[in-house]
Amino acid sequence: MSMNAFITGVHDTAVGELPGSSVMSLHAEAAHGALADAGLAPGDIDGVICAYALTLPHLMLGSVFCEYLGIHPGFCTALSAGGASACIMIMQAAALVASGQCEHVLCVTGENRLSGLSRNGAVAALADVGHPQFEQPFGISVPAAYALVAQRYLHETGATPAELAAIAVEHRRHAGRHPKAQRREPITVAEVLASKPIASPLRMLDCCLISDGGAAVVVSSRAAARDTRGKPVEILGAGQGHTHEHIVAAPSLTDFGCKRSSATALARAGVTTADIDVAEIYDSFTITLAVELESIGFFERGEAGLAAARGELGLGGRLPCNTHGGLLSYGHAGAAGGMFHAVEAVHQLRGRAEARQVPDAKLAFVHGDGGILSAHCSLVLGVH
Amino acid sequence: MNKPLPPITPETRPFWDGCASGELRYQVCGRCGTVQRLPRTRCASCHGDALEWRRSAGRGRILSHTTVYRAPTPAFRNDVPYVIALVDLDEGFRLMVNVAGGEQPGLAIGAPVDIGFRRVDGCVLPEALLAD
Repeated sequence: MSMNAFITGVHDTAVGELPGSSVMSLHAEAAHGALADAGLAPGDIDGVICAYALTLPHLMLGSVFCEYLGIHPGFCTALSAGGASACIMIMQAAALVASGQCEHVLCVTGENRLSGLSRNGAVAALADVGHPQFEQPFGISVPAAYALVAQRYLHETGATPAELAAIAVEHRRHAGRHPKAQRREPITVAEVLASKPIASPLRMLDCCLISDGGAAVVVSSRAAARDTRGKPVEILGAGQGHTHEHIVAAPSLTDFGCKRSSATALARAGVTTADIDVAEIYDSFTITLAVELESIGFFERGEAGLAAARGELGLGGRLPCNTHGGLLSYGHAGAAGGMFHAVEAVHQLRGRAEARQVPDAKLAFVHGDGGILSAHCSLVLGVH
Repeated sequence: MNKPLPPITPETRPFWDGCASGELRYQVCGRCGTVQRLPRTRCASCHGDALEWRRSAGRGRILSHTTVYRAPTPAFRNDVPYVIALVDLDEGFRLMVNVAGGEQPGLAIGAPVDIGFRRVDGCVLPEALLAD
């Protein structure tokens, strides 16, 4: 089957602390980079989808971006679904080109979250996603909400914090092969377990980074893709799953919407988890990735950390996962964090991932989750 | 910096009025019987408008818990480490609450708790007390 939509250009900016960067400068750099990659001019873009930025809260970020870049597309919007935003933007762009409403849709993200907010500011701003009446008065934070999931996970599966720590260690190993990654020095399980406690059982090195950075993807129709320069990557399947927003209202602490989103995306693509060559899956915390890998069906329940310890998520492993280093070690700049996963999948499928290249990668699985494992979107991407 | 107090809305006022008078309340659908996880105006299951408030006995068990070492905002900085728990009440609803006394022997998933109340900056919040 086919979604009749192709990724024809991608770009990721530098990540880390980028003094002098702004939300719009990062958007523009990512956009121009993706356009150049596709061999397109700004005027070729007839659809724009932006997300959100904590350092530039605005009702109409899509319009702010188009004004800044100097383009006047026939379709423009901004959407907000936390870490699921990037995948949802691409899924929405695919629908726009497949239905004939647009030829080239630019999905663009970027935020100076680290230099614009500081670590304390980002933690405080993100705590606002807690329910204002039934969570925030009790001092909830995003890490604490994920910690509630992690504690239950460890209790039910018998997995250990050391097994979760192996996930962080493998991400750092991946990041060490990426010249742009924010944190490249190797870490050990012992160092993860000795890092500062944040919300038990999660420690500092179980948590994602906070970064400045931007990333963009151009999605083109089948016909329009022929006019682009690079090797098109086909969007073979996409799906979403939504079960709750607040963790107090989650129907389950162990089963989440990734099960549905991935099943839909894989079925649409006509493939199974066993066919996937490389996976780029949202990793806001070590527990996030463990739950998603198991819920999606890549590993048995309680096995993700053990698999990481055995090297199965590494380059040359059974499922090379987050080959750029993920949010845990490459970088996390708001909605761009999820877009980095999509861009890395395209690098892999085009054989441009250099030292971190998965040999002969033909099929990639990309996944984003927003909130507290609340909103999920999965993509299956491929090249022939 | 003050703690974030619940911005009470018409559909949640009976819950917070109950807390202020030492009574834990929850919503049940008068049509399909579904216990509502959070207060609302129409049933999340059958979508009918026959929601009723009932009094809870205030007994439940810990579904999960975490000890918070890094405060989300300066308002909570003097409280760390504090414990947040999800508690499943016997009547079938769920609350996020702090555990009185923080980390202590017996704090565990499945541990029985009683819901009590404490005053914070002029508002009364539910809290969990480990049952003897």
